[in-house]
Amino acid sequence: MKITADSPPVLSILDRPNSYIGRAVPRPNLQRLTQGRGQYISDVTLPRMAHVAYLRSPHAHARIVSISTEAAKNAPGVVAVVTGAELAKVMTPWVGVLTHLKGIKSAPQSPIAVERACWQGEAVCAVVARTRAQAEDACELIDIVYEELPAVTNPETALDAGTPVIHASLGDNLCFERKLDVGEVDKAFANSDAVVEATFVTGRHTGVCTEPRAVVADWNEGEQRMTVYHATQAPHMMQNLFAKHLDLSESQVRVLTKDVGGSFGIKVHTYADEMATVALSKLLKRPVKFVADRIESFVTDIHARDHRIKGKIGVSKDGIITAFEIDDLTGIGPYSVYPRTSGIEANQVVNLTGGPYNCPNYRAQARVVFQNKNVMCQYRAVGHPIAVAVTEGLVELAAAKIGMDPLEIRRRNLFPDDGYPAQTASGLKLEQLSHHEALAHLDTMIDYAGLRAEQKKLRDKGIYRGIGFASFIEVTNPSAAFYGVGGAKITSQDGATVKLDAQGAITIHSGVTEQGQGAEAVLAQCVASSFGVSMDRVRVVTGDTDNTPYGGGTWASRAAGIGGEAAWQAGKALRGNVLAVAGAMLQAKPEDLDIRNGIVVDKTTGAERLGLDELARVAYFRPDTLPPGFQAELMATRHYVPRAWPFAFTNGIQASYLEVDTDTGFVKLLRHWCVEDCGTIINPQLVNEQIRGGVVQGIGAALFEQCLYDERGQMLNGNMADYLVPMAVEMPDIDCGHVVSPTADSELGAKGAGEAGTAGAPACIMNAINDALRPLGAQPLTDMPFTPGKILAALGKI
Amino acid sequence: MKPAPFAYKKARSLDEAIALLGENPEARLLAGGQSLMATLNMRLSAPSLLIDINGIGGLGGIAHKSGAVEIGALARHTDAERSATIAQHAPLIARAMPFIGHPAIRNRGTLGGSIAFADPAAELPACLLALDGEVDAQGPKGKRTIKTGDYFKGLYETALGPQEILTAIRLPAADSNTRIGFAELARRHGDYAIVGLAASARADGKGLKNVRLAYFGVGNTPLRATGAEAALARGDVDGAVAALDLEPHDDIQATGAVKKHLAGVLLRRVAAQLMEQRP
Repeated sequence: MKITADSPPVLSILDRPNSYIGRAVPRPNLQRLTQGRGQYISDVTLPRMAHVAYLRSPHAHARIVSISTEAAKNAPGVVAVVTGAELAKVMTPWVGVLTHLKGIKSAPQSPIAVERACWQGEAVCAVVARTRAQAEDACELIDIVYEELPAVTNPETALDAGTPVIHASLGDNLCFERKLDVGEVDKAFANSDAVVEATFVTGRHTGVCTEPRAVVADWNEGEQRMTVYHATQAPHMMQNLFAKHLDLSESQVRVLTKDVGGSFGIKVHTYADEMATVALSKLLKRPVKFVADRIESFVTDIHARDHRIKGKIGVSKDGIITAFEIDDLTGIGPYSVYPRTSGIEANQVVNLTGGPYNCPNYRAQARVVFQNKNVMCQYRAVGHPIAVAVTEGLVELAAAKIGMDPLEIRRRNLFPDDGYPAQTASGLKLEQLSHHEALAHLDTMIDYAGLRAEQKKLRDKGIYRGIGFASFIEVTNPSAAFYGVGGAKITSQDGATVKLDAQGAITIHSGVTEQGQGAEAVLAQCVASSFGVSMDRVRVVTGDTDNTPYGGGTWASRAAGIGGEAAWQAGKALRGNVLAVAGAMLQAKPEDLDIRNGIVVDKTTGAERLGLDELARVAYFRPDTLPPGFQAELMATRHYVPRAWPFAFTNGIQASYLEVDTDTGFVKLLRHWCVEDCGTIINPQLVNEQIRGGVVQGIGAALFEQCLYDERGQMLNGNMADYLVPMAVEMPDIDCGHVVSPTADSELGAKGAGEAGTAGAPACIMNAINDALRPLGAQPLTDMPFTPGKILAALGKI
Repeated sequence: MKPAPFAYKKARSLDEAIALLGENPEARLLAGGQSLMATLNMRLSAPSLLIDINGIGGLGGIAHKSGAVEIGALARHTDAERSATIAQHAPLIARAMPFIGHPAIRNRGTLGGSIAFADPAAELPACLLALDGEVDAQGPKGKRTIKTGDYFKGLYETALGPQEILTAIRLPAADSNTRIGFAELARRHGDYAIVGLAASARADGKGLKNVRLAYFGVGNTPLRATGAEAALARGDVDGAVAALDLEPHDDIQATGAVKKHLAGVLLRRVAAQLMEQRP
C-alpha cells in the first residue's frame, strides 16, 4: 500500500471520527516556538543562580602536576573554584560498559579530570561565578602545570605493543571486540565469479545541535532534593544517573526537560561537565547553570563514525551475492561513554552490514580502540551510515565489475517481500519489510530510464553526472534487547497518562520528549483520535520526571512507535471510562455510545447525547447525582513496550543524482529521493521532515563534516567556520515516497522514521560520485567526506 | 564564548577616534564588527577599548566623481550590493558582493572594515588590488592616500599606521573598455573561498591590455599573478596557467597542491569572462 504525502490512509481500526492518523496536522507547539516563547535551558533563571565555566585541557594527554586557584578565587564575581579532586567527594565516577557487549571494558571517568587529562577539551577545573563572563575571566587566572604524556591518536597502531596504554589498569587500548562467522564464507568466496574488496573510511564527525548542551541544577538543601533542568532526550535515565552518582534515591531527583533545540543522539549521554554541574549545585547548595559554548561543544559533544572498514563481497556472474566480509576498526575517545557505551556503534556495524540482502555467508570483525581524542558514542542512525556505506558501496562496485545495473543487482538479492518473517545472516529478526516494492516505487519516482538517458547524453558533452542508490534497513522501536538486557537503567517501555479536565478537555502526560521533531504533535494526534476530540482540545505535557509516566524518552526512533502507541491506548482507556460515566448519566449502555468531536453520541445513529463539558461538570461537581456506588475515573494510564520483536526494522531505498565538476572536484547535488517504509504513518509531514533532515545530515557526512585531528590529538577545526555543516544552498530537493507495512506488534502499527535519511544518504552520495567518475577510470572513492582534493586525486589531477 | 572585559567608547568624529587611538595603544576600531566580534568572543583578541566609529558622519557614501568611484569606509556591503553607482561604475565590486558571507553579514559588515582588516582570503582586498584602487587614510598627521601596490604588507598587515583610520577607498570608474572577471571556489556559499580570483583588464582591439589578476586565499595577502597577466595580454591562456607562480600553503579545507590546481582552473574561467566581454 502506497500513500502520497497528504492522502488519508485506507480505512482501518485507526480510522475513527476525529482521526488524525495519517494527517499532516500542524504541531501544537508551533505558535509558541515561532513566537519565541519556547523555554530552553538558556531561558531558565533561578534565584541565586550561578554560572559555571570549565577550564579545559589544552593537551590530548597530560598529567596534572598542580592547579593554582588562588587568583581565580579572588576574581570579581567568583563563587567557587573547584578541582576534580574536590568534586570527587560529592560525586562518584562511572564506567561505560554493558553486560551484553561481552568483554567491553573502560576506565572510571570523573566529572572533572583527577590527576590526568585524557583528551583536549576534558574539563580540569570549574569556576562558578555570578555570570558566565566572570567565570570565563577567572578561568584565565588559573595556573595549571601539566606534564604532557604521549597521545594515542592512530587507531591502526592503538593495539601495537609499542603504543602507550591510555589506562594502565585496562592492560591495553582495546575497549571492545566482536567477531562473527556465519555460513561458509571462504567457500562462498572461492565459488564466486567475482570478488571485490575495498577499504571504506567514514570520517569522525558530530551532530551539531542548534541549542548546545545545557543544564541548570538546583539542589534544595531544605528539601534534600535535586531539580535538574536539562536539555536531554532521556529524563528518566538521567534521573537514575544523577541519583546514583550523588548517592541519592531517585525520588530525590527531578529532571525537567522543556524545549530542546535538536538532539540527534548528542543529548542522550552522560557528559562529565553536565554531571559536574549537578555535583557543583549539591556542593554549593545553590542553582548552577552550564550552557556549552560552540567552541567547547566541538571538543565535548560526542563524536561518531570514526571507522575504517575493510570490506569484501563475492558475486556470481548473474549477480547473486555469495558472501560479505568486513573488518571494522574504530577509534573512540579515552573512555567508553556512559551508560550506552562506545561499543554499540561498532556492534551495530556488525549487525547491520549486508542487512537488506538474503545472503547467508557473512564474516565480521570489529575492534573498538581507545584514543586520546574526544569521546565517541551514538549519533543519529548509530552504525547505520557506516554499515550501509560498506554494504551498498560493495554492492555497486560488484555490479560494476560484472557489468550489471545497480538496481538489478539489488532486485536479485534483496529479501523478497513475501518471504517474511526473515532473519539476516547476523541474526536480526525481520517482521515485514518491503524492499522490492520500495525499489519499484523509487524506479518510477526518479524516472530511472530517463535519468540514465540524460546522464549518457551529458557525458558526451563532458558533463559528468552520477546516479547512486542505497538500500537500507533501520532499527526502530527498540525493546529491552538494546540496553535493558545489558544492565543499563534505560527503559524501553513508555507510558501515557490521559485525563479529562473539568471543562471536558484532555491533557496527556507522556514519557517521551520533544526535541523539535514534533513528538508532541504525534502524541496529540494519537490521543485525539483514540479518545474522540479535536486536537485543539488536547494539551501535551512531556519532560518532567515528577509528572510524567516512567519512560525512555526519545532515541532510536522510538517516540512515535512506542510513545504514540501508549498514548493511543491511554486515549482508548479514558474513552471507556468516560463512556461509563455517560452511560450512568444517560441510563444507556456504554457500549452503545461513542465520543465524537468532544460530544458523547449514540454510536449507531451519531445523535448527540451529552457534551463532555457537561459530563465533566457532573462528574467533578455533582457526583452526588450519579448512581450509588458509581465512581467516575477520569484519568487513565497505559504503558507499551514492544514484545514480539526485539526491534521494529524499517526499510527503504535512496537515490542521489549529482554532477561532479571534474576540473575542480566539486560536487553539485541535483536531486535526492528516499522511499521508506515506517509502517503506519501518523503524520506524513513530520515523517517527511524527519527523512529530509536525516538525509541532510547524511549528506554532511558524505561531503562536508569531519572532526580533523592532528597526530598530537589536537582538534584542528572545532568552530563553525572550519567545521562544515551542510547548508541550505548546497542541498538538493529531497523527494519522499512511502510504502506502508505496519508492525503487528502494536495497534497503531507505527515504526520509527527518525534515522532512515541519515542511514542511507552517505552511501547514496558515494555511489553517485563513483557512478559519475567511472567512465573516466577514476579510482573508486570510499574515504568520506569526499572533498574536492580527494576527488581531484582520484581523477589524477593533483 | 564571552569576550574578555573591554571598555567601549562611541567616537563622534574622526579626530576623536584618532585621539582615542593615540591614548589607547591596545584599542581596536569597531565598524561592522563581523570579524572583530567573533575574535573577541573566542578570546583570540582582548583589546582594552573598543572605539565605535559607526556614529561618525560622512563615511558611508558611495559616489562617482572625477573618473573614480569613492566608497566611504562605513558603507555596508549591502549598500554597495544595491548601489546603482557600483553596478554601473564598479562592476567588479558588484560581481563580488554576493560571494561575501551571507545577507546578515553583508547588512553589518563594511567595505572599509574589510579592506582595513585585509583578510587574505576575503574578496574585497583582492578586488581593490585587481582594480588598482586607492585607500584614503586619516591620522594624527593628517590625510593621505595609499596606492594598493603599497597597501598590503603581510598577513592582516597593511600600510595603515597604528593611529590611522581608513576613511574611503577609491576605484577607477569602469568605461566601455573595462573588462572584469571574478570567480571563487568555496565548499559552501558564503564561506571564505579555498581560492578566488578577481581580475580587470582593458580591451585593446581584439586583445587585452593592463591585465591585473588578484588571487585571494593563496597567500598572506591578495596576490598578483604577473606572469599570467602578461601571458593573458598575449591571448595565451595555457601560457598564463603555466606562468602561475603561486605557492599556497595547506589549510584546513585544502592542500597547497589543490589550491594551486584550482587557481589554474579559475584562471581559465576568469580569462573566458574577460575575453567574452570583448565588443
